[in-house]
Amino acid sequence: MTTTTIDDAPFIEPSATAPRNYLNDEYGVLSWLLTRDHKRIAVLYAISVTVFFMVGGIIAFMMRLELLTPEGDLFTSDTYNKLFTLHGIVMIFFFLIPAIPAVLGNFILPIMLGAKDLAFPKINLLSWYIYMIGGSFGIYVIITGGVDTGWTFYTPFSTQYSNTHVFAVTLGAFITGFSSILTGLNFLVTIHRMRAPGLTWFRLPLFVWSMYATSVVIMLATPVLAITLVLLMVERTLHVGIFDPALGGDPVLYQHMFWFYSHPAVYIMILPGMAVISECVAAFTRKKIFGYKFVAFSSLAIAFLGFLVWAHHLFVAGISIYSAMVFSFLSMIVAVPSAIKVFNWTATMYRASVSWQTPMLYVLGFIGLFTIGGVTGLFLAALGIDVHVHDSYFVVAHFHYIMVGGTIMAYLAGIHYWWPKITGRMYPEWWARLSALLVFVGFNLTFFPQFLVGYVGMPRRYHAYAPEFQVLNVLSTAGATILAAGYLLPMIYLFWSLKFGRKAGTNPWGAVGLEWATSSPPPKENFHETPVVTWEAYDYPAFLKAMRETQHG
Amino acid sequence: MAHAPDHADHVGHGPAHHRAPIGMYLAVFVALMVFTVLTVAASRVNLHQWNTPIALAIAVIKATLVILWFMHVIHSPRMTWIVVISSFLWLGVLFVLTFSDYLTRGWPIY
Ligand code: HEM
Ligand SMILES: [Cu+2]
Repeated sequence: MTTTTIDDAPFIEPSATAPRNYLNDEYGVLSWLLTRDHKRIAVLYAISVTVFFMVGGIIAFMMRLELLTPEGDLFTSDTYNKLFTLHGIVMIFFFLIPAIPAVLGNFILPIMLGAKDLAFPKINLLSWYIYMIGGSFGIYVIITGGVDTGWTFYTPFSTQYSNTHVFAVTLGAFITGFSSILTGLNFLVTIHRMRAPGLTWFRLPLFVWSMYATSVVIMLATPVLAITLVLLMVERTLHVGIFDPALGGDPVLYQHMFWFYSHPAVYIMILPGMAVISECVAAFTRKKIFGYKFVAFSSLAIAFLGFLVWAHHLFVAGISIYSAMVFSFLSMIVAVPSAIKVFNWTATMYRASVSWQTPMLYVLGFIGLFTIGGVTGLFLAALGIDVHVHDSYFVVAHFHYIMVGGTIMAYLAGIHYWWPKITGRMYPEWWARLSALLVFVGFNLTFFPQFLVGYVGMPRRYHAYAPEFQVLNVLSTAGATILAAGYLLPMIYLFWSLKFGRKAGTNPWGAVGLEWATSSPPPKENFHETPVVTWEAYDYPAFLKAMRETQHG
Repeated sequence: MAHAPDHADHVGHGPAHHRAPIGMYLAVFVALMVFTVLTVAASRVNLHQWNTPIALAIAVIKATLVILWFMHVIHSPRMTWIVVISSFLWLGVLFVLTFSDYLTRGWPIY
């Protein structure tokens, strides 16, 4: 068995007997279910999104099994339609959108600001309950027979033809939207009003800037999704003509409105990932992020430009060619701020003494994979190429490179980076490195072949395919198996570390930032005294100097 | 934000809220009712292509009343104004870019 050692004395003296923290402050189920502590709510969210991730993952694996062979031998085409629909809905609405903001953001953001909690603790708890209610609709639909429209609920199929649970699942997505709106609202108010004395806007960690941009997008985009889904439900149940041409509606209007939300929503998913990456890059290179202000403002630029590109999902849906040209151009522009971030992270690493702990491995994975995802996004934004590859596996590979290779890698980076803070224990480093490697290899083996098979013409969303595509599909399924192992490992060793992990101490990474100045796990009120900030973000030179002086003095 | 202490560590201590007199609410309420009657009345008259613009104009006036008085925006700090106005700009983005499709579909393709 490992012996537990305490590396470094906590910065802030805990009381002599039992050190109080947010975990042992109160006991019992109700103390969790009725908590208003942002840290406990983050833990509730962590458990719930993990459950949804596993549900979505199991469904994905069932699809990969079906695609081992060209024939549709495992599931009927109808069942397969339900599988990819449920996979998309669960992963996007119930996992990716809440994952980083509601888990890591909830836990870390107030501490980074030196605040005791978010601005509206009760609303924070309410957002979790709303999420759970929306999620229950999802689970209900899965158990009672599914839905087959695709996660995009395109009309007229969703309003007129599909005889599956369209109403229940759109209602679930509608409800869940409010939980993100409440989280976004809470973050915005907290960032504006609850910063510690001395913590000016340009001293904020870049995590906060990115979360701020995410929250703005959530607040402006999610209501449009809500309205769109209500219109869909109204047309489906009451036959009011909104999207149905026979009743004077227009089906493409649905796509406009849906993507006015859902393209910004892809930034709701990636901006929080970028937030985590900025923190980890600084911590593991011990440098100030190169071009801090550029990285900060590129988050806002992404938030703004992300609203101007949605019709790149409609290029072959019959929109005006003139409009398509405008959207094609605007879509290329949105890649610029993303590229700024990638360049600046890389420049930060240049000639730094990088340490290769697990979070940093995930960071490297993120930067490479996000870049591939972004560049293939530019392929898709080019009108002529999109006509060729639209609705093929090329698109599937594109967005998985960003959402799985980007967001999920960033989420894992963040979970490992802040795990000592959240739980007070270290995860086992070598197991974690192994799983990071499995995730990287498994991921690329799963999704790179999909670029190829899509480019040569395999369409998405079919359970059977032409025999010449089989080799690449077998590779993809093999990769998915490795990827699954890579995801299961952390679930096991992180759980193990709760009891057996080495005690973390206040600041195991020697990182700057207010969250590393309070004990691990933090006390219920985060800080015993409100901190006063007199330094810039990531001020490693000064921090390292001060450390040396305290050791000598 | 001139009024807000930048580093307040609790919220809810914003500027003192102007308590609008109850008469103000009643006046706005009556106005909303009048406009509702007007909407119904206008829909009964055939004004050709003007029916829709007029109905929309009345709706905009009503929404403005609600936002300014019922939602207290008129007495709110500048930050609230910024939020309200930028939300409408975003709505403008939705409309303008969507119509960039609908209004140019008929244009010739060379
Ligand atoms: C770097 C800028 C990006 C560009 C230029 C871009 C471009 C595109 C284009 C043109 C399509 C439509 C392809 C088609 O259906 O024919 C597309 C699809 C998609 N992209 Fe991106 N993208 C970018 C970044 C992202 C990001 C950051 C995410 C997610 C976090 C993302 C997620 C998606 C998704 C989910 C779809 C497919 C949705 C569906 O049809 O089911 N993209 N992208
Ligand atoms: Cu898009």
